[in-house]
Formats: sequence, structure tokens, C-alpha cells
Amino acid sequence: MLPVGNQNGDAMKQRTDVRQGTLALMVLRTLDVLGPLHAYGIARRIEQISGDVLAVNQGTLYPVLLKLEQEGAIASEWGASENNRRARFYRLTRAGHKLLQTETREWEQTAAIIARFFDVKAEDLP
Amino acid sequence: MRFLRRFLTRAANFTARRRGDQRLREEMEEHLALQTAENLRAGMPPAEARRQAVLRFGAVEAIREEYHDEQSLPLIANLLQDAHYALRVLAKSPGFAAVAILTMALGIGATTAIFSVVDATLLHPLSYPQPEQLVRIEDDLPGVGARDVGMSVPEWKDLQRSGIFEYVSPLGGGSVNLTGSSQPARIVFLTVAPNYLALLGVKPELGRWFDPADQTPGFTLEVVISDGLWKGAFGGDPHILGRSLRLDNDLYRVIGVMPAGFHDPGRTPQQRNTELWAAAGFADAPAPTPLRNARFLPEGVARLKPGLTIAAAQSHLDALVASLQKQFPDDYPPQSAWAVRLVPLKESVVGNVRQSLMLLLGAVGLVLLIGCVNVANLLLARASARGREMAVRQALGAARKRLVRQLLTESLLLSLLGGMAGLAILFSTRGFLLQLVPESLPLLNDISINWTVMLFALAASVVAGAIFGLAPTLQTGRLDLTHMLKLQGRGSKGPAEQTHTRRLLVVTEFALSVVLMIAAGLLLHSFWDLYKVRPGFNSQHVMAVQLWLPVPNDPKTDIYGSSAQEAPFLRELLSRGRSLPGVKEVALGSNASIPLDHDRNLSPLILEGRDMQSRQPPVVERSDVSPDYFHVLEIPLLRGRLFSDLDNEKGPQVAVINEAMARTYWPNGDPLGKRLRVNPAKPSWITVVGVIADARTESLAEASVPQIYLDVYQTTARDLVVFLRGQLDTGAIPGEVRAQVQSVNPELPVFGARTLDDALSASLSERRFSMEMVALFALTALLLAGLGIYGTISYVVSERTREIGIRLALGAQTGEILGMVLRQGLALAIGGAAVGLVGALIASRLMAGLLYGVRPTDPLTFVGVTLVLTAVALAACYIPARRAMRVDPLVALRYE
Repeated sequence: MLPVGNQNGDAMKQRTDVRQGTLALMVLRTLDVLGPLHAYGIARRIEQISGDVLAVNQGTLYPVLLKLEQEGAIASEWGASENNRRARFYRLTRAGHKLLQTETREWEQTAAIIARFFDVKAEDLP
Repeated sequence: MRFLRRFLTRAANFTARRRGDQRLREEMEEHLALQTAENLRAGMPPAEARRQAVLRFGAVEAIREEYHDEQSLPLIANLLQDAHYALRVLAKSPGFAAVAILTMALGIGATTAIFSVVDATLLHPLSYPQPEQLVRIEDDLPGVGARDVGMSVPEWKDLQRSGIFEYVSPLGGGSVNLTGSSQPARIVFLTVAPNYLALLGVKPELGRWFDPADQTPGFTLEVVISDGLWKGAFGGDPHILGRSLRLDNDLYRVIGVMPAGFHDPGRTPQQRNTELWAAAGFADAPAPTPLRNARFLPEGVARLKPGLTIAAAQSHLDALVASLQKQFPDDYPPQSAWAVRLVPLKESVVGNVRQSLMLLLGAVGLVLLIGCVNVANLLLARASARGREMAVRQALGAARKRLVRQLLTESLLLSLLGGMAGLAILFSTRGFLLQLVPESLPLLNDISINWTVMLFALAASVVAGAIFGLAPTLQTGRLDLTHMLKLQGRGSKGPAEQTHTRRLLVVTEFALSVVLMIAAGLLLHSFWDLYKVRPGFNSQHVMAVQLWLPVPNDPKTDIYGSSAQEAPFLRELLSRGRSLPGVKEVALGSNASIPLDHDRNLSPLILEGRDMQSRQPPVVERSDVSPDYFHVLEIPLLRGRLFSDLDNEKGPQVAVINEAMARTYWPNGDPLGKRLRVNPAKPSWITVVGVIADARTESLAEASVPQIYLDVYQTTARDLVVFLRGQLDTGAIPGEVRAQVQSVNPELPVFGARTLDDALSASLSERRFSMEMVALFALTALLLAGLGIYGTISYVVSERTREIGIRLALGAQTGEILGMVLRQGLALAIGGAAVGLVGALIASRLMAGLLYGVRPTDPLTFVGVTLVLTAVALAACYIPARRAMRVDPLVALRYE
């Protein structure tokens, strides 16, 4: 069947909503692993890694990129894309590295605490 | 850091109006191209590949919006847009804008003016280092009902050793003859301990301060002078340091000049104008033998040890007092209950003006509030005219929040413009306004329009704008679209709610005015009572001129040391005084005998044959006067006799007392012939020979203060006053008296010449100031309230033109129409007055301390104010009522 109208409507509801902060962390990590990348590359990479579970409107990436850039975590400049067209490439700055480290640590701590909560069974409690 | 950086970048983008539109568009284009290419690779047909890419990208417009919000500061951008629009709207109705801005300018300007006084006096700490550690030391004897009795030298030493204080300095003030400058002058000086300036922590501008460790028992013969004295009497002499000057004929050396803005933190206006500080050890001549119960050090100030709070210091001090009482039971009899109190120095300077200033601030705040209500009323009238605009904008999809925000922006803009105008007015008239402030106000010189005051004006503007912006805004919040669009299309009656709000505003206005008017009425009544009070003496055609006979530190050089030495000079003075042109009667007295002067002279009182129960005798106001004093002031004799020429330096000492004293100390007996002493050190008795009527010579507000008068020939008063009665040329008399005095002794300064009428009026200056200010505010309030009710009733009449036309057409009499409109106005006024009377009852209780002779619930004031307000309301309604009466039914109906 051909898709009719806005299919995003229902599809969005099934997929997990992504908060801006998480998205920013994903952007940082992507740039950390893959080096300088244009926005499309970042978007595709996030889609691939999350296995399409986290489907975001790709456009939402742009305000996030701008925010990170204004905070000084990433920098951007014009360059040539793989098919030799003008594209804007983003890269992690030194401040961005530091930010990624702290955010990662915090994220892991939070995750660990939540995990422990899930592990605890009623009989474990004194 | 990150947030700051982000904010700064956004702010920079905002100010540069930089928009990354081009960049975003390019990036999006590239993005879509890449995604389309990938879709093609996955085998989609080209059109579908592009479509899917766009779908995947999401809502382009929303993303652009979000992107721009992130890039810049949307809140401010919107605000600017609103402000821009508001400015255009205001410019379109300049009449409304001018009235509203002017009202706000007056309200905010006046409030800010009063606040600048409050800021300088009450809010600012004293301008010395660590001012919170400065305290005044006050000794009380609550057991015998005496407060602030001063301390003795041993007590001072105890305090200094106690470990509670960094420094303690006694203060002895007064005035002294200065010679050695251009003219003999009378200057205000302060005798302090050598540590005094170190205690205050203020360095002299020139030279040095006293050595705090100086242990000289008497005067150190070093003085520090004020900037004013240096520039005045010494003409700003650059070699002033080390220069000699004579104070009461003793030679002193100038070691320092204080900075220009420095004022002594004294309790009285006189002390705050101290021109010279002399250091002394208070333990040797001219001071008496330092006995523990000889409390001759009238005041004390101290600096607490660092880190000690006043409360902690007070508890240490209480313990010290208790142990001293145990150690010296004879000096501190338990019935006198000696106690030492620490008062923040700041409080002792400004404490007695706090109530008046708060009253003024409250009054001016009410005026501002009434101004707000008036502007709210104007805005409401406009809101009804603009109701259609709002309804259309809302119908076109403007969020209600956005509309409210825009209306608030408009009112804030109004009040900010008003505030700015108010500040500008204040700034340009500040010189004139400062002249209105009575000179006795403490810290007068610190009044300025500083950042705190500006901030206050800003805050007042914002709050005022929010207050008057709120009423029409709430209305918009409740806007019923269809209703509004329909109604406004026909231009007929506005929503009933709005009329309600307007009425409520008028009632509020009247209530606030009633409070202000009653406060003003009570103050006016108090002032009038004081003004009309019969002082018990005749101040007309009397002038007082002061002089001072010097007291040198060495008694041997004192040429006026005994009454026998002084009497010839006094007689010479009297006879020369009589020879002056226009003078009919002359009398002499000590400073304390000047009616309504601030100088008080309390003497201990020991009555013969009376067990005084303790060694703390009662005290009584004492003046030394020549026999003619009572004639000159026309104070009548009730019993016995006045002084005669026989009561001179050779005769037995006699006294005249007033009725209050007779009543207090001989309630059932005859005081005539009774004997008493006023100096514990002098064994000779003084016989009471006469009783005079009470006169309000201490304060117009006090009917009867016990007073004793001694014969000036039998004492050695140095602070002399010449009283002259007759048809005097007030401009020439001071010079003539000076010439006469200085032809006897050229070293004597003559000063302080004034008429008693002036003294009388000066004693009311502070009351007059607050009364005039509150009355001014109340009048403004009345005017604004009148305008408010006029506006509302006019509006109601114009709204009901059609109805009135129908009524008239149906045969209503014009008188009935008039009555109908007036009744409506009257109902508002009475409603407001009723609420206001309750508020006034509360307010008048709070200001009871400022009243004289009227109760806070004075029925005359309450009824009078209600009547005046009702009359104003009726007058204000009469104009629109007349208009209503003249409605032509035909025109009214056709017009509709």
C-alpha cells in the first residue's frame, strides 16, 4: 500500500521520544567516534545505531547542533561532501571532549543506579 | 560557563540582528540532496525519493522557528516588537499619553523624592568604617524615673577595661568662644577622649587625629577643626596645622582638619554641626574630682570589639553592671536600679525622625497608588474603544497570552516613561526641594539621587505599571469574542463588567483619598492647636541675643570666676542695653531661659528636711535670670514676690519656681519660704520666694514642666542671653548689641540673635514640614479622585445617552435625570468613604505619636473630611449631570 498523508503521526507515537539533552549526547558521541561529519551523516549514524528505534525528524538535529556550537562544544566549517558538494562539517572541540566525558560519566552513574533499582527484589530487602 | 557562552553568543547575534538563514537553507538543501540520493540508491523513483527525504526531515518551518529561537533571544525580540507597537499606539493618542505619563511622573517623582530622604537617613549605614559596631552608651536610673543621666569618670574607665569595647569616649558638648581668628566667634565644639576620631575611624583630611593612647588628665591642648571652620574663620589657611587659637582664652594648637563631608554623629542638629573637637582626659581641672557618683560626662559613644554583636555586648555589659553594683553598694542604691543601655549609633542619630518619614513615605505612596488607579481608569476607557481591535486580533489567532503581554508592555512603557519624566523633574528641581527640608533633619547632606534611588524609581515604575496595567488586562483575558465583535460594531454600551471595574477603581480612589485626607486633617489640627496654644509668655517684640563669658582651664585667669566678679559686667550690660534705640525693657538670663530653645539645663534638686530616699536626687529645669525677665516675657506672678535689686551677690540666695514645680514637690503645702539646694557640692540653702504661672517655655506641646529660676546676680552663669523688648529694628540690633558688648570686653563674641516669634515658629518647623507635605499629598489625592469620579460619571452618562433620551422622551423631568446621575456619583463617593474611614482609623492609630491635642479618632476631622470629599464628588458629577439633563431626546435617538 502506498503511504498516504503524514505517516509520521502514528509512527512517532510508537517510537521512543527523544529529549534534546539525549540527542545532544548522541551527537557528541558520534562526532567523537567518527570525527568531523556533516549534519546528514550525524543523523544517519544516529538512526543506524539506534536501529530505527529512535527515529527523530532529522531536521530537529539542526537546533541542537546550533546550541552545541553556541556553547562551544562543537565547531563547524564549510567543506566538500562525498559527492563533492558544499557541506558544513561539524567537529568536536576540546571543550566538547570534556563535556562528553562528564556527560558520559553522569549518564553511566544514573544508568547504574536505575539498574540496581530494577535488580532489587522484595526478598533482598532487610 | 557553557550557558554563559551560549547566552553571550545569542545576545551578540540578537544585537547584530544576525540570522543564519542562508546557512541553514544551504545545509538543509544539501541534507535533502544526500537523503534523496540514498533513497534513489535504495531503488525509489526520483519523485518519491525526494518526497520521502522531505518527510523524514520533518516540518521545515517549525525547525526554522526553533533554529532562530536558539540562535537569538526570542523573548526580547518579542518584547521589542511589543514596545515598538506600543510606542506607535501611544503616539497616535498624544492627549491620553501625556495625561497618563504626567500623572505617573508626578507620582513616581514625589515618591522617589521622599524615598531619597528615607534612603539617606534611615536605610544608609553611617558613613564610618564598620558602622554596625558603633554604639551610644546611655545610663538610666529607672528606679527614680531618670533616663540617660550620663556617666562618671570611674564608670567610663570600667567600660574601657571591660573588654567589650575597642574604644569608649565620653562626649561633652557645647559652644565656646574662639579668638585668634578673624573675628571672635562662637563655635560649636565637642570635648572627646583622645581616642574619639580613631573610634569613628575617620582620618582628618589634613594633619592627624589625636593619639588614642594619650593619657593627659586634662585638655590635651590639641584640637581638630572642621572643614567649614578652616575655610570660614581661617580663610582656608594652608599653614593651619600647628597654628594656635584661643578657646575661652586658653591656647590650643590645631593638629588636623576633618574632610569636607564629615559630620559628627550627634543626636541634636547643633552637635551634628560640630566645628571643633578638643581632646581631654576628664580627670583633672577643669573637670571636677572623678567621683563614682558624679555623672558629669553627659554622653558616651563606643566602638564594639570586632565580631561582637550589640546583643552580646549588652549581655556582657549587664553582667558588668551587676558586679559593679555589688562592689559599690553606696554609689548604686538598689532603688535607683542603675542600668547601662547600648543604642546603635545610627538609631540615636535618626531614631526620632523615623515616624515622620515613614508617614511621609506612606502618604506619597498612597498618592502614587491613586495616580495608578486614575491611569487604570483611563486605560479602561481606551480598552473599551480598542475592544474591537483586540477581538479582531484574537479572532485572527493571536494567543491571549500574547495580547495580555502586549497590553502589559503598553502600560509598563507608560509608567517607565512616567518614571523617567519624574526622575528628570526631580533631578532638575532637587536644589529647590532640598530647601524645603527642615535643617534639623539628620544626615541632610547625604540626600542624593544615587543608584539605590534610581533603582527604587525603576521598581516603583514597574510595580505601578503592573498595577494599572492589570485592570484592563484582566478584562481582555475575559473577552467574549462574538459579543465584543457584535457590540463594538454598533458602538453602543460596553460590557457591564467594565463599568463595574471602573466603579471599583473610583471607590478605591476615594478610599485612599479619605485615608490621606484624614491623616492630613489630624496633622493640621495638631499643628493648629499647637500654633494657637497660649504659650504663657508674650513673644511679641522680644529679641534674644546670646553671648558667652569664657571659662579658662586655669581658674586663676578667670575674670568672671565668682558672682561678685561677674555682677558688675551684668549691670553694665543691662544699662547699655536700655540705651539702645527702641528698647523699652531689658533682661538677662542663661541659655536655658530662652523659650523653646533646645538647650536644657537640668539641676539636681535637694529639698531641706526631705529624706530623698537615695543619693539620686530628682532633677529640675533651671534657668538663671535677672529680675526683669518675668516682666519682659510677661509671665505673671501667682504668689510671693519676684526678684528685687536686693537679691544680689551680697544678699541671701533666693529662687522663684513655677506652678508645676510647686505642685510636684509641695502638693499640699506652701512652697514660699521653703529651702532647697541645686548643687550637692554647695552647702548653702536657697529660699523660695515666689511662684509664677506655668509657661510653655520648654516645648509648646508640654503644658507644665517643673522649673526653677535663680537670680543671675547670685550665680555664675556664663551662657548669657540679653532679652530686649520694644519697637526693635531686628536687622540692626545684633550689631548694636555686639558693639556695646565688645566695647566692654572686645574678646566676647555676640551671636544667636533672633526674635522670640521666630524661635516659636522654628520650634514647629519639623511639624510644619510634615504637615505641609501630607497636606500637599492629600490635596493631590483629592484632585485625582475628583478627576477619577468625573471621568467615570461622564463615561456612564455618555453610555446612557440613549437611555436618558428615551426617559426624557417618555416625560421624565430634567431634575430627575440630574438626581439620577448625582445619586450614582454619590453612591461611589460614599462607598469609597466608608472603606476609607476604616483604613483611616488604622492609619491614625499608627501616627498617634505625631499628634498633639487631638485624639486619633477626632470626630471633627473624620466628619469634616467625609463632607469635603462628598462635596468634591458632587461637584465633579455635576458637570456630566448637567450634560445628561440637556440631552435632546430627538438627537439622542436619531444618533443611535
